[in-house]
Amino acid sequence: MALDRWIALIILGIALAYGYAAFFTMDQLLPPFMQRNPIWPSTFPKVLAVLSILTSLVILLGLEKPSSEAKTPDIDYRRLGDYNIGQAALLLGLMVAYALLLRPAGFLLSTAGFLTVGAMILGERKLWILIPVAALATGIVWYLVEGVLGIFLRPLPFFLG
Amino acid sequence: MLEGLMIGLSTAFSVTNILMVIGGCLIGTFIGMLPGLGPMSIIAIMIPVAITLGDPSAALILLAGVYYGAIFGGSTSSILLNAPGVAGTVASSFDGYPMARAGMAGKALTIAAISSFMGGTVGAILLMVFAPMLSTVALLFHSAEYFALMVVGLSAIAAFAGTGNVAKALMMTLLGLMMATVGEGALFNMPRFTMGLMDLQSGLSFITLAMAMFALPEAIFLVMNPGRSAQGGENGGKITGLRITGQEARKIAPVIGRQSIQGFFIGVLPGAGATIASFLGYAVERNIATEEEQKEFGKGSIKGLAAPETANNAACTGSFVPLLTLGIPGSGTTAILLGALIALNVTPGPRLMIDSPHIFWAVIISMYIGNLVLLVLNLPLIPYIAKVLSIPRNYLIPFILFFTLMGSYIGQNNATELLILVGFGICATVLRFADYPLAPLLIGFILGRMLEDNFARSMQLYDGISFILDRPMTLGLLVLAALLVIVPSYRARRARARAAGVADGD
Repeated sequence: MALDRWIALIILGIALAYGYAAFFTMDQLLPPFMQRNPIWPSTFPKVLAVLSILTSLVILLGLEKPSSEAKTPDIDYRRLGDYNIGQAALLLGLMVAYALLLRPAGFLLSTAGFLTVGAMILGERKLWILIPVAALATGIVWYLVEGVLGIFLRPLPFFLG
Repeated sequence: MLEGLMIGLSTAFSVTNILMVIGGCLIGTFIGMLPGLGPMSIIAIMIPVAITLGDPSAALILLAGVYYGAIFGGSTSSILLNAPGVAGTVASSFDGYPMARAGMAGKALTIAAISSFMGGTVGAILLMVFAPMLSTVALLFHSAEYFALMVVGLSAIAAFAGTGNVAKALMMTLLGLMMATVGEGALFNMPRFTMGLMDLQSGLSFITLAMAMFALPEAIFLVMNPGRSAQGGENGGKITGLRITGQEARKIAPVIGRQSIQGFFIGVLPGAGATIASFLGYAVERNIATEEEQKEFGKGSIKGLAAPETANNAACTGSFVPLLTLGIPGSGTTAILLGALIALNVTPGPRLMIDSPHIFWAVIISMYIGNLVLLVLNLPLIPYIAKVLSIPRNYLIPFILFFTLMGSYIGQNNATELLILVGFGICATVLRFADYPLAPLLIGFILGRMLEDNFARSMQLYDGISFILDRPMTLGLLVLAALLVIVPSYRARRARARAAGVADGD
């Protein structure tokens, strides 16, 4: 089964869960006076659930055949190993680490670290250029966000203030 | 209209707003030149900045400037590197790149800039004429018609996704609508589909979603496939001979005239947009050119470069018509603009011209200024701006990722938002592997609330579903929406049956 049909299967699962919530759980909480309304909070979700279940079935069962003139995709997922999938995964991991560290470690340290480590994951080794560039960029962005846009970002790690 | 123009002139010609246009165009050109970053990603990254400005007309002027700049920057990298940064400029590389290879890079850029300028300017004039007319009509619409109109818009976007993709585009639209129902709406005083999580109480953030759908997958693709970020090697540095001759100008003038009008009207259609306009413009001009000129197409014809460049800029302007008059975005980019406007407490729609004419007219005037800036300021600067193409990707990619993170953090000031961003970004990348279009999802998400509000209002007014039958226009629009979705797949099915040579029974 091709990837797009697996995705359709997952979306079908989501749509079923969504539909279950809309049809069977939402209306119980509705106060009696609102039940006289022609529209309930669950009305629109119910319509969406039915439509999306139908559409995902159309894709899943392959009712709509893809056009014969297959265009070359940007990335062929059948040959994922040929691409730099490891680098991409590491960078995504780095983004998660950044999200978790932003508050405790402060903006300056985590951003400079993010830029440096990110470039190193991509294969940059000239640290004597990289670290000053990252530090300078961090400083500029911090100035822009804090000074110009006026949004507070804790600059330093938690133990420094 | 004259009165409106005066209001627009006085708003747009304030020092801040002119700086906004110039800054927006420069930033847009700068980033749009980087292969792989389209206008949608750039505008998504710029939204937090625009929202912090606080002034809706300045914000919209800035974002519109970024939009034109991005399209212009995209053509530059198409011409110089054969690496279009934007889908709408792919057709420009057909003839632009051969010209650059033949040592006429400067001339190609000038033609591109002049065509873009003319396309944008004619588009702005047409917008000025048609938008007020359309919004007068739109004032007669009730919520039932609005509901139907949005359904038409959403299904048109799915229908234009191309054969074999209608179901996928529809699926993405529905997914976007479903995501829009998460959180506590204004209509019903209860949280829906939050799964008990406090972070979902106010719904999903549209900036985070825009970043996750466009900027992040692009960056991941750039990492995975280094070939996408082709570097300017051979003739990246030298761009000379920006002048064109009078003879060449006469040759491209009719092309520009035709394509700016055609492009504009294609841009007005929901879902069509700059990409289709540029390809169609190229095809039309090739077909009506004389025999000997046809041979030049694809080998560096100036007509073949002028046509898509004019058409895509005119279409960009055209796509503002449904946004400003109906409040319904027809493309991913205008959907992002709509989201930004709503965040600034401005609801685009037919009332926009009456309630806040200064915003409406300032945007139109800024379109002229923006096009002028691109021609007068950016063109001479191109040789320097093109240096951005030589930034090593090792530096570039971490910065792109950092800006997506920053964009969604500034919007919400919440680190959980960053985890949501990465999560959705991964989902979006997988969806792109499987060739699911992502723009419909975002459009569905942005229109979701409005769609439900209008639906609920008409249900309440008519005490049930009867409004569909009582109002002929609503019914007509809904039938049109259904046809838009069903007809393409039905025709594809029949064409396939015929191609297979198997008679279906008869």
